[in-house]
Amino acid sequence: MSLLEIKDLQATVGEKQILKGLNLTLRPGEVHAIMGPNGAGKSTLGYSLAGRDGYEVTGGSVTFDGKDLLEMDPSERANEGLFLAFQYPVEIPGVAGTTFLKHALNAKRRHHGEEELDGLEFVKFLRGKAKELGMNDEMLKRPVNVGFSGGEKKRNETLQMSVLEPKLAVLDETDSGLDIDALRVVADGVNRLRSPDRAILVITHYQRLLDYLVPDFVHVLADGKIVKSGDKSLALELEEKGYAEFVSAA
Amino acid sequence: MAATTETIEQVKELGGGDKYKHGFVTDIEMEFAPKGLNEDIVRFISAKKEEPEWLLEWRLKAFERWKTMPEPDWAKLDVPPIDYNDIYYFAAPKRDEDKPQSLDEVDPKLLETYAKLGIPLKEQEVLAGVAGAPTVAVDAVFDSVSVATTYRKTLEEKGIIFCSISEAVHTHPELVKKYLGSVVPYSDNKHACLNSAVFTDGSFVYIPKGVRCPMELSTYFRINAENTGQFERTLIVADEGSYVSYLEGCTAPQRDENQLHAAVVELVTLDDAEIKYSTVQNWYPGDEEGRGGIYNFVTKRGACRGRNSKISWTQVETGSAITWKYPSCILQGDNSVGEFYSVAITNNRQQADTGTKMIHLGKNTRSKIISKGISAGRSQQTYRGLVRMSPKAESARNYTQCDSLLIGDQCGAHTTPYIESRNASAKVEHEATTSKISEDQLFYCLQRGMSEEDAVSLIVNGFCKEVMQTLPMEFAVEAQKLIGISLEGSVG
Amino acid sequence: MSEMIDPFIKALDQVEQTGPAWLDALRKQGAQDYRTLALPHVKLEQWKYTNLKDLRGAEIAAADAALLDALPATLPDLDAYRLVLVNGRFDADLSDLGGLSDKALVKGLEQALEDGDIETLGGGFEDAALVSLSDALLRDGAFIRIKRGHMLDKPIHLVILSVGSDKLTASHPRIVIDMQDGASATVIETHMGANDSAVVSLPVSEVTVAEKARLGHYKQQLDNAQSYHLAHSAVTVAEGATYDSFVLQLGGKLARCDVRCLIDGAHADVRVNGAYHAGNGQHVDNTSFIDHAAPDAKSAENFRGVLDGDGRGVFQGKILVRQIAQGTDGQQMNRALLLSEKAEIDSKPELEIYADDVKCSHGATAGDMDEDQLFYLMARGIDADTARKLLIQAFLFDVLNEIDYAPAREIFHDAIAAKLGEIA
Repeated sequence: MSLLEIKDLQATVGEKQILKGLNLTLRPGEVHAIMGPNGAGKSTLGYSLAGRDGYEVTGGSVTFDGKDLLEMDPSERANEGLFLAFQYPVEIPGVAGTTFLKHALNAKRRHHGEEELDGLEFVKFLRGKAKELGMNDEMLKRPVNVGFSGGEKKRNETLQMSVLEPKLAVLDETDSGLDIDALRVVADGVNRLRSPDRAILVITHYQRLLDYLVPDFVHVLADGKIVKSGDKSLALELEEKGYAEFVSAA
Repeated sequence: MAATTETIEQVKELGGGDKYKHGFVTDIEMEFAPKGLNEDIVRFISAKKEEPEWLLEWRLKAFERWKTMPEPDWAKLDVPPIDYNDIYYFAAPKRDEDKPQSLDEVDPKLLETYAKLGIPLKEQEVLAGVAGAPTVAVDAVFDSVSVATTYRKTLEEKGIIFCSISEAVHTHPELVKKYLGSVVPYSDNKHACLNSAVFTDGSFVYIPKGVRCPMELSTYFRINAENTGQFERTLIVADEGSYVSYLEGCTAPQRDENQLHAAVVELVTLDDAEIKYSTVQNWYPGDEEGRGGIYNFVTKRGACRGRNSKISWTQVETGSAITWKYPSCILQGDNSVGEFYSVAITNNRQQADTGTKMIHLGKNTRSKIISKGISAGRSQQTYRGLVRMSPKAESARNYTQCDSLLIGDQCGAHTTPYIESRNASAKVEHEATTSKISEDQLFYCLQRGMSEEDAVSLIVNGFCKEVMQTLPMEFAVEAQKLIGISLEGSVG
Repeated sequence: MSEMIDPFIKALDQVEQTGPAWLDALRKQGAQDYRTLALPHVKLEQWKYTNLKDLRGAEIAAADAALLDALPATLPDLDAYRLVLVNGRFDADLSDLGGLSDKALVKGLEQALEDGDIETLGGGFEDAALVSLSDALLRDGAFIRIKRGHMLDKPIHLVILSVGSDKLTASHPRIVIDMQDGASATVIETHMGANDSAVVSLPVSEVTVAEKARLGHYKQQLDNAQSYHLAHSAVTVAEGATYDSFVLQLGGKLARCDVRCLIDGAHADVRVNGAYHAGNGQHVDNTSFIDHAAPDAKSAENFRGVLDGDGRGVFQGKILVRQIAQGTDGQQMNRALLLSEKAEIDSKPELEIYADDVKCSHGATAGDMDEDQLFYLMARGIDADTARKLLIQAFLFDVLNEIDYAPAREIFHDAIAAKLGEIA
C-alpha cells in the first residue's frame, strides 16, 4: 500500500497557481527526490503537504497512510507522521530547544495514546539522539535556532526528525547553505533514519545531496507538474544537461 | 533561577478549564462597617484599630485632601465613575476580637480558602511534614484585615519584624511614624489619598542592619466580601546592609460588580540594603464581556535612600478589569540601583496602564526597565514610564526595553515613555517594539504537532522569559501557569 | 495674581473680511476657537515640555508688510525657483519665478485665492490654538500646486523672512503645497530673520501629496536667537505617494515644529526626519504625529539633537496605527547629545497601536559622546577640542544622509557648520 498518494494536486499562492496537477506516489521504505528549476513549485509542494496558511490547495487529493491529508490541520499532519524539514528553520527566542522538542514529542505521544515522557526520560532520550548527530548539550539548551549557523540549523532539523520519527520526511532544500562537511553530517543523519516503514521525499535543486542520500526514484518538477520520472541516473543527467529542456517544454 | 520546563506542563494541565480559577466565595461570618465614605468611617477604622492620635490626624488630613483632589485622568484608561459611597471600607472576619496567634487558630474555613487558592502558604506543606517544601513566611490579608502571619518566631530570632501594619503601629510606633508616608505622601494622588485615609491593614517589614532575611516573606491578599474595597498598606524598611525578598499575591472571587483595590506600598532601603519585591497580580479580571472585575489602582514606590542600595520590582500582571500601577524607584543614594521587570497580559475587555518611574538623583545610579506587554481579545494595554536624570545624577545609567505583543486585531498595545535628562554624563537608552506573534513561529510549532493554544503559550512564555527569570521559584511556577490561562481563547 | 491678557486676543479684532465666503467662515471659526482654547499652557499634554510663559504677558503687534530692498546676504544660493514671503506677505520683487512650466502654479496665497485656485483651506489639526489663530488671521502666504504627472525641473526655494521692529511682532504665513496625482517636486524652506529684532513667526503649512506623487520637503529654521518660531504643518499622503521631509532647527529663542502626517492611502512612504541644535538660551521642540490610517504604509522618523549651554531640546513623536492599518511599518528614533551641565533633553516617543500585523519600534537615547570614538581620534593625534567638535558635527551630519536631495543636504550641512564653527 502506498504511504503518500498525491493525485492531480493543484495549489495557489496568492492569486498565482503554482501546482498544476501534480501526481506522485511514495511507498514505505522509498526515497524519492524531486528536482526542478527555481520557481517550479518545489517549496510550494512541501508547504502544501504540511498545510501552511497561504498555500491553498484548489484541486486534487492527497492520501497519507490511508487518510485524507488535506482534511487535517498542520499539527495533526505532524502527529500523523508527516515531517517537513524547513529550508529556513525559524528562530524562536526565549524557548530552549529541549523544551520545544519535548512539547512536540509529547504532543505526538498523546495523539497516539502513548504515555508522555517526563523531563528526565526525555532529556536522556534526547541526549542519545543528539550525540548521534554530534550536537552537544549546550546547543540543546540554546533557544530554538537562535544564533545558529546555517549548518547548525539544518542539523537541528535533522535532530528533530530523529526525535519525532516520522513516517514521511519531506526535506525542503536541506542542502541549501551547507558546506560539504555539514552536508555529509546531515545526510548521514537522514540515512540513519532510512527504514522499511519510512519514506523520504527530498526536494532539491542540486544533485550533490543525492550523492550522499541515494534516491530510489527521481522526479523532475517543472511548471507545477512532474514532467519526468526515473531512477537515480536521471539526477546525474540533470546535473549534466540542466533544466533547460523542461523549462522550455513547460 | 527560572521556572523550568516542567512548569509548562502544568500550564497544560490547567488548559482545560477556561474559568477564573480563584472565583469562589468563602462563606465566613463577617463584620462590616456601614457603607460609604465620610469622616466617621475614617474615625471608625482608626478606633477599631486603637490607633494613636497622630495616625488618626494623618488619616483625616488625607481624607480632607481626597475630597478635593480630582481623579487622575492622564492614563489611557476608560474608568467608569466610582461611587465611593457604595463601598464597604471595613470588612473583617468576625473573630477579629480574638486574633489568631498562629495558623492553628485560624478559622479552618480560611485555611481551606488558602488551600484552594494554592497560594504560597507553603507553610501548610511544612506543617503537614512535606519534605523539601520551601520556606516562605506569609502574612495573609483577607478583605480588610491581616489574618495570619506565619514563621514569626524564626524571624524574630534574627530581629526581623514581619507583622500586620496595624500591629506594628502598636509594637513599633517609632518605625511606623518615621517611614509611613515618607515615600508616598498621602497627597500623592487621589488613590493614595484614599488609601491613606481608610487603609485597614497590610504588612510591615523591618530588616535590621546586616541581616539577610533567611526566607521569602509573602503577603497574600484576597478580596472576599461583596461591595468591599481593599485598601492595604505595605511598608518595608531594609536597614543598612540588609536584604529581603518579598512576594505578593492577590485573588478575588468572581462577582458581577466591580471592586476597588487601592493599595499603597512603600519601600525604603538604607546604605547597602536590597529589597526584591515580586508581585503576581491575579485579581478577578471580569468576564468575557467585561462585566465585573477589580479596579486595581495601586501606588507602589521605593526609595533607595542609602548608598549602594537596590530596589527591584518584578510584576506579573494578569488579572484585574482595570490596572493603574507604576511601581517606581527614587534613586537618592549614590550608586543605588532600581529595576523594574514586568509582564502584563490583558485579554477580553481588560485595560491596563502600567509601567514605572525611575528618578535618578544620586551619582552613578543605575536603572533597568524590562517590560513585556501582551494584549489579546479586545483589551487595551499601555506601558507608561518615566526616566528622569536629574542634574546631580552624574554618570547615571538607564536602559529600557519595552516590547509589546498583539494577539488578534481587536486589541491595542501602546507605549508612552517619558525620558528627561538633565545631565550630560548620564546615559539613557530606550528601545521599544510592537509586533504580533510571528506566524512563522506559530506554524513551526503547529507543524511539530502542538496545538495552537500550546504554541501561543510557549511562544509567549519565551517572549517573557527575561522577566520570569527574575521571579522567585515559588512564584515562577504559578506565573507561568497564569500566562497560559490568561491567554485562553485568545487564538483560533 | 491678575489675569494676564492673552497676547493674541487683540489681533482677533482685526480679522480680515476679504475673499470668498468659505474663507470668511474659516476665519470666524478660527477666531472663535482661539478665544476658547487660548494660548497653550504646560498643563496640556502636548505642551508639557514647552512653556510659552514668556509670550503670555507680552505685547504683540501685527507685523507690517515690511519692504525689504534685498535678500539677506546669508541666504543660501540655490539653483531654484524662489518664492519670498516677508512678514507673511508675498514679495514679488524678491521672488524669482521665471521660466516656470504652466504645469506648476507657484505664487502668493492671496493671489491664488483671488485667482480661485483654492476651494478650501484649514483642517488637519484638532485643538491646536495657534492653528485656529492662524485661520483667524489668514491672509497671505505661499501657494504651490504641481499638476497631475508633472515633474518640476528645479526645486522651489521658499524664503520666509521676518523683519522685526521695536515691538514684538507676529506674522502668520500660510503655506499651501498641493501635489496632484503622480506629480513630483522638491521644496526647500528657509526661515530667517532679516534683522536682529525679536519676532513671533507662526507659519502653518497644509500639504497634500496625492496618489503616486512625490514631495521632497526640507526646512531649515534659522530665525534669530531672540525670536519665537511656532510652526504647524499638516500633511496628507495618499496611496503610493512619497513624502520625504526633513526639519533642521538651529535658530530661535523658543522654536517648535509640530508636524502631523496623515497616511491616507496604502503603500505610502513617509519620512519625517530632523536635526536640531540648541545652545545657550535656546529651546527647540520637535513634535510629530504620524497617523497610519491605511494599510501597508511605511513611516520612518530619525531625529538627532545636540544640546549645549543651557539649551533644551524636546522631542515628542507619536505613531498611531489604526485598526485598518495592517501591514504598517513604523520606525522612530531620537538621539540626543548633551554637552553641558545645564543642557536638557526631554523625549517622549509614543506608540499607539490597534492593528496586530505591524512592525513598529521606537527608540531614544540621551547622553554624552562616545568615549571610544573620542579616544580613537585623539590617539590619531587630533586634539580633544577638535575631536569633540568633529564628533558633534558628525553626529548631526550623519542624519542629513536621510535627505534624498543632495543640494539640500549640502546647504543644511553648511548651516550646521556655520552655527557650530568650522573645524580647522
